[in-house]
Amino acid sequence: MKALVAVKRVVDANVKVRVKPDNSGVDLTNVKMSINPFCEIAVEEAVRLKEKGAVSEIIVVSIGPKEAQEQIRSAMALGADRGILVEADDSQLGALEVAKILKGVVAAEQPQLILLGKQAIDDDSNQVGQMLGALLGAGQGTFASEVKVDGDKVQVTREVDGGLQTVELSLPAIITTDLRLNEPRYAALPNIMKARKKPLDMKSPADFGVSTATKLKTVKVEPPADRKAGVQVKSVDELVEKLKNEAKVI
Amino acid sequence: MSILVIAEHDNKTLNSATLNVVAAAQKIGGDITVLVAGSGAQAVADQAAQVAGVSKVLLADNAAYANQLAENVAALVAQVGKGYSHILATSTTTGKNVLPRAAALLDVSMISDIIAVESANTFKRPIYAGNAIATVQSDEAIIAGTVRGTAFDPVAAEGGAAAVEAVSEAKDAGISKFVSEEIVKSERPELTAARIVVSGGRGVGSGENYHKVLDPLADKLGAAQGASRAAVDAGFVPNDMQVGQTGKIVAPDLYIAVGISGAIQHLAGMKDSKVIVAINKDEEAPINAVADYWLVGDLNTVVPELTTKI
Repeated sequence: MKALVAVKRVVDANVKVRVKPDNSGVDLTNVKMSINPFCEIAVEEAVRLKEKGAVSEIIVVSIGPKEAQEQIRSAMALGADRGILVEADDSQLGALEVAKILKGVVAAEQPQLILLGKQAIDDDSNQVGQMLGALLGAGQGTFASEVKVDGDKVQVTREVDGGLQTVELSLPAIITTDLRLNEPRYAALPNIMKARKKPLDMKSPADFGVSTATKLKTVKVEPPADRKAGVQVKSVDELVEKLKNEAKVI
Repeated sequence: MSILVIAEHDNKTLNSATLNVVAAAQKIGGDITVLVAGSGAQAVADQAAQVAGVSKVLLADNAAYANQLAENVAALVAQVGKGYSHILATSTTTGKNVLPRAAALLDVSMISDIIAVESANTFKRPIYAGNAIATVQSDEAIIAGTVRGTAFDPVAAEGGAAAVEAVSEAKDAGISKFVSEEIVKSERPELTAARIVVSGGRGVGSGENYHKVLDPLADKLGAAQGASRAAVDAGFVPNDMQVGQTGKIVAPDLYIAVGISGAIQHLAGMKDSKVIVAINKDEEAPINAVADYWLVGDLNTVVPELTTKI
């Protein structure tokens, strides 16, 4: 069966972002960009399922600027077979619009498993997988830490607040990955070279009949309130004294 | 304005996170209805009816909703939610699982992790792991959003007298099935609601040492216990104890970080705590930059000493 993996180009997880002085957004000029870490885990899981024989072909899709081709190539270097870039100004698209475009891609490719990260580390929304599930009428295994394909079903162990929950979904199904699902591999140089030759289709949102911009408007973006600088205490006695008399929290 | 709040519960008890969502709903203003979807959940509906500020409780009691499967609950929320101006849920794993699905069924965008209500259609939410705060305005006919509990003081669990109405709508979508769950039992207060949190990181060294060093301190303070991602990934403690961008968001009165360096990921989950204490052997640890008090020392001697002295 085919697996579709959605990946997002985002600011690298190790970058400390700065808010623009005009409060219009976060300054991303000359900032290192990468595959969203949760998406990378989704790619790795698809590749492992292919290695186990449960998946025959992995298609990786990204919705974003031209430069997102780099992230698609990285996913292909990890083992995805071909790529689709839906070129769009992703700052104009909300999770719902992204889900609608993905629905179009799913209709065209007919994958049985659709893997996404549980959230993108830039907008921290945690919505696209669930929305895609709704639009497709498919089951969703969100925050997955274990995935087992069994015939026309998939068992997903989910990380929930009290511990773990296992659900069984009929295929096609959506899976969104949590950090503990797997440890993504590094791309070997020969695989990076091979990935350059793998097919990559260019599409636009209009190809899938999606044109509407999000109805959520970002009015402004501000830095969070600073915490005032703390003090170093030299001993446990001093710490206890401060907590009791200055902070009054114990 | 009419606001539908999705109750979080385990079919027996109303989760206190719901009280924080009702508080956010009151800031928006308008009639507040609580939807309890569950199985054998009459007790939860009764508790919801007591919550201050709630004018109506809808109870959808059906086996299809027993385990809060998103496929079934979201369909119900979309059906019931049509007549409301706002639909709010908790920013818990359940709320995050269900509400986006319901929003897409209603063809509306959704706002995750609301931390402040500016007006009925304008909200603040953190982005980039809490390194920026976005003010977002929604032009949707129905405004759907999850609410970060720690950003709103809970309303009183008692004092209300809402009527409970049964909702007959009940359908199993038939595409998902609950198999099993593994719930971590704990005598301690719930992490996201605790007044004091004691957290351990990679620096505690092992699971055994985590309990040896941190349990007595947490016991003495009546504190909940948390952990950094590093401690969870190393297998010291189960992952539902993880505090951070991808774990739980806490904002207790006192947060004691032991052997935690303070990666951005972790800070995003605790930097709104009132008082932060860092105990670390590294003078340069990033956690010290957000700590009110930091003590450089070996946690294996400092923490037991602290436990005896408080």
